[in-house]
Amino acid sequence: MANALAVSAPIFSALADPTRREVFERLARGPLAVGELAHGLPVSRPAVSQHLKVLKEAGLVTDRPDGTRRVYQIDPRGLGQIRAWLDQFWDEALEAFRAEVERDDPRDDEIGDDKMGEGKTS
Amino acid sequence: MSQTIQPAPIRKSFTVRAGREKAWDVFTAGFGRWWPKTHYIGDSPLTDAGIEPRAGGRWYGIHADGVERPWGQVKVWDPPARLVLDWQISHEWGYTPDLHTDVEVIFTAVGEAETRIDFEHRGLEAFGDSEAAVKTRTSMDGGWGHILESFKAAVGG
Repeated sequence: MANALAVSAPIFSALADPTRREVFERLARGPLAVGELAHGLPVSRPAVSQHLKVLKEAGLVTDRPDGTRRVYQIDPRGLGQIRAWLDQFWDEALEAFRAEVERDDPRDDEIGDDKMGEGKTS
Repeated sequence: MSQTIQPAPIRKSFTVRAGREKAWDVFTAGFGRWWPKTHYIGDSPLTDAGIEPRAGGRWYGIHADGVERPWGQVKVWDPPARLVLDWQISHEWGYTPDLHTDVEVIFTAVGEAETRIDFEHRGLEAFGDSEAAVKTRTSMDGGWGHILESFKAAVGG
């Protein structure tokens, strides 16, 4: 069996920051609003919001409105992780497709700018 | 726990230096030439992969032991414009009959010699319901712990 669930690069970089890891570990204990998360952390509330944004883009947390607040939680089904794995897999596969389709292109002297990844959503 | 998580579809758009017919042909008939051989089901290395050229056809891998393993079905076969595959591969790289997610590839001509590829893998929430996903989650000790463990191992901490 090759390539069981791998931890992908976006997840690594999202957790590389100690404060962000602390935010993530707090959420792992239960859903919290931004204000609750900021309480007791040595950083400002806007900084916490910024960390949450990075975690969300990495697929590690999700948010939902709760009245006027926004509550953050880890994805209990691990879907963010699966998504990150697939995202990386498709980057690799589609790059291989592009290389193959252009392999014997007679106009290889043209500059082919790397557009892979544009239009990517998270 | 009443929340439903809807992961965003994976989308990739890029342009290849080839006409639409050729891009379609390499993607489908030439599937085995570019599909990464590093990802496969079972113990025997992947040697080839294919897509049957019709709606209802199969897409599959062929292994060094001669065994052909299914990956899902062709849902839409509309050359050279649109291909939709039913991706039934779990995150443990196993064929999962009860898992259905859509992989759609749209080929759009850009001038004579370029083709825009719009790729989307959607319906990822299905991974949360499949048997394999449930099994993996329950064996992961709370789900996320091992991510942090892997991370710490990777950074040497």
